[in-house]
Amino acid sequence: MKLFAALFLNLDRSNKTNDKIELLKNYFITADEGDKIWALALFCGRRPSFKVNSKQIQQWAASEANIPDWLFRESYNSVGDLGETISLILAECKSPVQGKSLSEWFDYLNMLPSMSDEEKRNHIILAWQKLSQHEIFVFNKLMMGSFRIGVSQTLVVRAVAEATNTESNIIAHRLMGKWLPTNTTYDKLIFKEDKNDTASRPYPFYLSHPIEGPLADLGNTQDWFAEWKWDGIRAQIIFRNNELFIWTRGEDLATDKFPELHILKTLLPEGTVLDGEIVCYQDNKPLPFNILQTRIGRKNLNKKILQDAPIAFIVYDLLEENGIDIRNIAQQERRNRLEQLYNKIIGTEALIISPLIEFKKWEELEELHKLSRQNAAEGFMIKKKSSTYQVGRKKGDWWKWKVSPLSVDAVLVYAQKGHGRRAELFTDYTFAVWDDEKKLVPFAKAYSGLTDKEIAQVDNFIKKNTLEKFGPVRTVAPQLVFEIGFEGINTSSRHKSGIAVRFPRILRWRKDKTINEADTLQNLKTILDAFI
Amino acid sequence: MPSSLLQFTGKSIFCAQANVHIDPSIPVNRAIITHAHSDHARFGSEKYLAHKDSESILRLRLGEDISLQTVEYGELFNINGVNFSLHPAGHIIGSAQVRVEYKDEVWVASGDYKLENDHFSVPFEPVKCNVFITESTFGLPIYKWQPQQKIFDEIDAWHAKNITEGKVSILMGYSLGKMQRILKNITIGSDKIFAHGAIYILNERLRSAGFNLPALTLVTKETDKKLFRGALVLAPPSVDSSSWIKKFAPYSLGYCSGWMSVRGAKNRRAVDQGFILSDHADWNDLNTAVKNTGAEKVFVTHGFTSVFSRWLNENNIDAAEVQTMYGVDEDNDSTPIHL
Repeated sequence: MKLFAALFLNLDRSNKTNDKIELLKNYFITADEGDKIWALALFCGRRPSFKVNSKQIQQWAASEANIPDWLFRESYNSVGDLGETISLILAECKSPVQGKSLSEWFDYLNMLPSMSDEEKRNHIILAWQKLSQHEIFVFNKLMMGSFRIGVSQTLVVRAVAEATNTESNIIAHRLMGKWLPTNTTYDKLIFKEDKNDTASRPYPFYLSHPIEGPLADLGNTQDWFAEWKWDGIRAQIIFRNNELFIWTRGEDLATDKFPELHILKTLLPEGTVLDGEIVCYQDNKPLPFNILQTRIGRKNLNKKILQDAPIAFIVYDLLEENGIDIRNIAQQERRNRLEQLYNKIIGTEALIISPLIEFKKWEELEELHKLSRQNAAEGFMIKKKSSTYQVGRKKGDWWKWKVSPLSVDAVLVYAQKGHGRRAELFTDYTFAVWDDEKKLVPFAKAYSGLTDKEIAQVDNFIKKNTLEKFGPVRTVAPQLVFEIGFEGINTSSRHKSGIAVRFPRILRWRKDKTINEADTLQNLKTILDAFI
Repeated sequence: MPSSLLQFTGKSIFCAQANVHIDPSIPVNRAIITHAHSDHARFGSEKYLAHKDSESILRLRLGEDISLQTVEYGELFNINGVNFSLHPAGHIIGSAQVRVEYKDEVWVASGDYKLENDHFSVPFEPVKCNVFITESTFGLPIYKWQPQQKIFDEIDAWHAKNITEGKVSILMGYSLGKMQRILKNITIGSDKIFAHGAIYILNERLRSAGFNLPALTLVTKETDKKLFRGALVLAPPSVDSSSWIKKFAPYSLGYCSGWMSVRGAKNRRAVDQGFILSDHADWNDLNTAVKNTGAEKVFVTHGFTSVFSRWLNENNIDAAEVQTMYGVDEDNDSTPIHL
């Protein structure tokens, strides 16, 4: 535990990617074999749930610290991280016991799910009493999760690759799939390729970069493909060993969520991996993303949902053919093979090939780009014909060229403190527009889009201009105007404004505008009518 | 129920009977200044009164020719029938609690304070009173300081590590208070200590006023960069986003502040190492200080006012929250000044 706690502390402290990789690499070289798999699971978001209730934990911590629940909540609001708050309010342990290893702590935590509440309470408090302040924090993270310390899976992959002298795409591949720290070991996962286990494994997704500068800088148009950028869920469809797997980019195995695609089991040749986008699709055209949203996250897909929000898979790449990884073959050839495969598949409307846009000059593409929204697309994907299918977000061969977001000018009306790096600062804002009766109606929450300096300024304004406090939320004097961008807009019965926007974010602070110049609900409705 | 010997005007703590303002934010006729931090000592009043150890800095900051009367700790002075005296607050050099006595009633305005002896300012002294005005900068139970020696050991260890890694140690903290405290407590030889101008000027000022502080070397554009190798550079918190800092590369950036207790605050500042060292009382010391006054009524000013006053009320100490204008600049970096 000591080693892992130190790793955690150092990772948290470091702002540089290379330092983080170095720290992780050293950990994976020096840690106990049994601990490595747990560390890996934590950084890859595969921590098992220990069935603890956060409310109960808060109460237990407050009573252990001899403070009332409200004071605990105030502290939590200020710190912005539950595990950290608990570690700060508990009395300092005078003689921490350096007993258990990371995996032993997981064994300890594994006893929780079968315990009664009283037993859980004693079990957890006993652990707190044995650990130093920082270790309590790490222990709480093991128990309750969210490991936000700037370690992405890509970073872990690089560190493990360096620690084991293995190519990083091999490690990335081995870390995908459905392993759990309880059913494998670090050695098995990282070193031993097991054919039977790997049938479900997707390839690491190749991600595009936003285009920089004018299109003409890309050179000759003949070297590039252009496709619509579909607004759905990026996914890989895998057919191996006579089984179908659907992986989304979030690394969710989501096969069950898309029954429309199960027919592919009978249509795809053995050893096929397709890359594409899951979208809602009706009458030969994609539907807006918010329709897809109505069925994501649902446990049960009833008939009505399947009828109202039918999906299709728009395929744009072939990664594996006849069981052979063809990612190193050029995009153009992969496209040829994909088209050949696609033309042989008859009998489903759920598989659609993403059409290539015909263009000879970049100017033509610029004209067509204006039709993106009409085509239910977010813009274009521009792919180099000679490019291989790479791992992660790489510049140079795949570019995304998105339409500019929709936007309105809105007034800051509520604020709440942020979490993590932005704890203690007011960074979660709610914005409003004017309704017909000249009242401000909240319509969107947005978190990001300001510089650290602007955040500090807005934070200072909020602290000086608070009208009311409702728990952690402050009502702010309506004075500041921001341009709020969003990707989509729809009607909503859940919001007071009657409108829901997708991916709202702050585009800029309109210091030049007064609140009277902010947009109206009517403006938003006009955008809505144009959008649907 | 106590009278209103002192009133909170939003611009000062005002004693109407004596027509005296404590720490006014606007120019007044007569001001008593608890300490020389800029959110408490403001420019423009006709007459000032403060502890003698505050004099050199007050004149530096408010003007050499201000009308300033200085007193010793415990020295009684009477203004229009009201008895005043200043008592050590332990916050920074010259910091004082203001004891105000009139018709058998005693109020104490504590300004900012800490209980731990920092080996530079005169240590805090509890003063019995009927009404106590306390700060609450760190009035949440998440703020609990370690004994300062532990923090100074950490600073020494960090500096030693930087030397072996060939890095310059840049240590940030408030120029007035924190830096003198650091200089009095670390073991690094002063020949190896450089300072940013803001700190250098204060240090020179205090030295020429007779305080026992080591001489520092001012960092200038002409300073030979080779000299920084293995050195400690003292800097105010504002330098972390400035170009001034670049010339020290490779360096490790440390920051001394009570706010460093919380990861969010630490990460936001993007410092390499946070040292939890504050010149304010932590949660436990705020409670101790309040208890030791024996006050029947407590007013809670700048900081977590609502939280701390509610907590005191629930613990049978009659308390109320007061909005004041302090704590919005140099002593509270969670709220920057400029808008």
